[in-house]
Amino acid sequence: MAHGRTAPLPRLHRRVVAALAFLAAAAAGVGILAGPASGASASSFEDFPFAIKGNVRTAGEAIAGATVRVTGKDAEGADFEGEATTDDNGAWSVGVPTKEGTWTVELVESSLPAGVTVPDGFAFEQEVTFGATSTVTRNFTLGAAERQTVGFWDQFLSRAVNGLNFGLMLALAAIGLSLVFGTTGLSNFAHGEMVTFGALMALLFTNLSLSIWIAIPLAVVASAALGLAMDSGIWRPLRRKGLGTVQVMIVSIGLSLALRYVYQMFVGGRTAQLPGAVSQTIPGLGPIRLTITDVISMAVSLIVIVAFAWWLMRTRIGRATRAVSDNPSLAAASGIDVDQVIRVVWVVAAALAGLSGVLWAYFRPGIKWDMGTSILLLIFAAVTLGGLGTAFGALVGAIIVGLLVEVSTLWIPSDLKYVGALVVLIVILLFRPQGILGRRERIG
Amino acid sequence: MNFLQIISNTLAQILAPATLGYVLAAIGLSVHFGFAGLLNMGVAGFMAIGAYGFAISILTFGLPWPLAALIGLGAAVVFALIMGIPTLRLRGDYLAIVTIAAAEVLRLLFLTSTFRNVTGSADGLSGFQSGFRMSNPLPPGRWGWGPWTYQSDQWWVIIVGLITITIAVLLVWLLMRSPWGRVIRGIREDEDAVGSLGKNVFAFKMQALIIGGVIIAAGGIVTAMGTNVNPNVYVTSQTFYVWTALLLGGAATIFGPVLGAVLFWVVRAFLSNLLPALVQIGWLPFLTTEQSQMLVFVLVGAALMLLVIFRPQGILGNKKELTFVR
Repeated sequence: MAHGRTAPLPRLHRRVVAALAFLAAAAAGVGILAGPASGASASSFEDFPFAIKGNVRTAGEAIAGATVRVTGKDAEGADFEGEATTDDNGAWSVGVPTKEGTWTVELVESSLPAGVTVPDGFAFEQEVTFGATSTVTRNFTLGAAERQTVGFWDQFLSRAVNGLNFGLMLALAAIGLSLVFGTTGLSNFAHGEMVTFGALMALLFTNLSLSIWIAIPLAVVASAALGLAMDSGIWRPLRRKGLGTVQVMIVSIGLSLALRYVYQMFVGGRTAQLPGAVSQTIPGLGPIRLTITDVISMAVSLIVIVAFAWWLMRTRIGRATRAVSDNPSLAAASGIDVDQVIRVVWVVAAALAGLSGVLWAYFRPGIKWDMGTSILLLIFAAVTLGGLGTAFGALVGAIIVGLLVEVSTLWIPSDLKYVGALVVLIVILLFRPQGILGRRERIG
Repeated sequence: MNFLQIISNTLAQILAPATLGYVLAAIGLSVHFGFAGLLNMGVAGFMAIGAYGFAISILTFGLPWPLAALIGLGAAVVFALIMGIPTLRLRGDYLAIVTIAAAEVLRLLFLTSTFRNVTGSADGLSGFQSGFRMSNPLPPGRWGWGPWTYQSDQWWVIIVGLITITIAVLLVWLLMRSPWGRVIRGIREDEDAVGSLGKNVFAFKMQALIIGGVIIAAGGIVTAMGTNVNPNVYVTSQTFYVWTALLLGGAATIFGPVLGAVLFWVVRAFLSNLLPALVQIGWLPFLTTEQSQMLVFVLVGAALMLLVIFRPQGILGNKKELTFVR
């Protein structure tokens, strides 16, 4: 995001100017520039092989929109001046034509946003010289700089715990999706809306001034009721009608769209918070930053998952569910009421999705109309990774996805953290399309 | 309530760049889903790669616009290959999940601030149409008839868009009455049967994925010629809207996608003009103006459900030509 000027105009390459015209416009928020010719007096740091760059920040926070000016002399001895504006991360970069001599870097004081305090004796102008490399870094740190050095493994541990929390929450949703897929063959695109529904119900009940400890179980019950209503209102009639799985999948897409905008009609575009969304970090855990809410969230997830596993493995209806999942016709022939089992599966899946919605609202944090949609693909990734239609595969897949999303931020920018999980989803299909716990026969 | 204004706005939508883009996207999707039975849920990704390929080629590499458009189409070929290789051997819903994930990966890559210099991040890209506008042979000024009165540059986008649509329709029509088209439809009906006749099912599916993907990317490029490119447009909802448009017109027909996409936008424009007006004169007392805009999308979702349940062949489709085989 550099904007420089030289006294003798350098050879202006059309493409660079065009790119710069856009960049300058974006930086200044000017809007649309008419064409390539309009940036004729500007040149970009891409013109130059050398660059001076750095960050502008207060003790902890990046400062965006501050101007940094670089002055010096180029190889012919002519004056050179370049300017850059810091981006959202406080980073700036100015290209210079030569690495010889001394360059003056000035943080323009008047460009600092209001409210930024500058310590006494702060050096707004600093001199830099290039070393062996083609770039040199000069950071401006305003305010008392408390340097926190966090080692790699400390960061890793902290994010892994966070990822485990996220993964367990994801597992609740993924298990439901996987159960539905296993018993009915439906890839339910409206599952994200079932997640949002749980959070919205919790918000509704807390707004009715119920305690959060009553509101959350009520929200789960309401979600279960939604599952029952959806099965008897939409999915069972469609099964009766004999619609193909692809058709039902597209119906679920339509339902997802409709529900999402119904939610938005009620809550608008705002983000609402549940009580207890901001809580104290538990001290004494070393590098791991966990709030009380996080711990409760993980405990709830674990207890529910264990209870679910017991239900699936030990109870009559759980066994029947696995039988239907395996082979619906055979299950029906051996006297299992398949419709009844599928109804129970929808209720369980919706209740789990609703609970995961409440936990997702605490993890994000906040409740928004499209919060469920935003993790739908991660849920799909978890289910596919574990093996479509296997409940425990979904659990394993969800924890892997959760860990991957959080830990990958050690290496990739955090606004790309979902990309890692989705790329893994694509890659796993290349090598083991049936997923980790899936069986080969499932991928017809 | 100014009813004439509402009608005029609705009719003007027929030739808007977004409508033309959707027509092309729906034609491409008809090759994927209607004729080859491929569940491509990454329509938005194909459109994004066309639009960004076009815009970035011009802004960053300074290429002339016809070459930039070709690069956008070429990028779609690469994208189709990347998605097709892992999934086309698997069951249909795997392709659905992978394409929707790949489209989202693309959108996140265009959205991240890491590549801001090239992609413009959340601001998107703008100011890349000047070369295209300079090639405009039409007389300058604002002209046209009734609701279809546009600036000369807008007419140029419309004409290029209509020519592209004509080429795409002709191409699909010729392809589908050729032996290649019969194999493709055979794969949709029964993959194993076609395989047992000695056809390379994987290769045919891949060719269909590439051809459809290129047409969808052309839709993204035509939209980009008329408006700016912004990552928030290419969300999964856009994919679902194109699906709605396709299923409305008829998935396995030549003109169905054209009719469906135009109808989709016309109805959407009509409702989003009409409903707020109805709110203002108090006919919808329980809604605010913003809520009435959301009601439009609720209706789109409901329409998609009802279409698939009660008329899966669409308006122009033939019930005998099964589109939902699996």
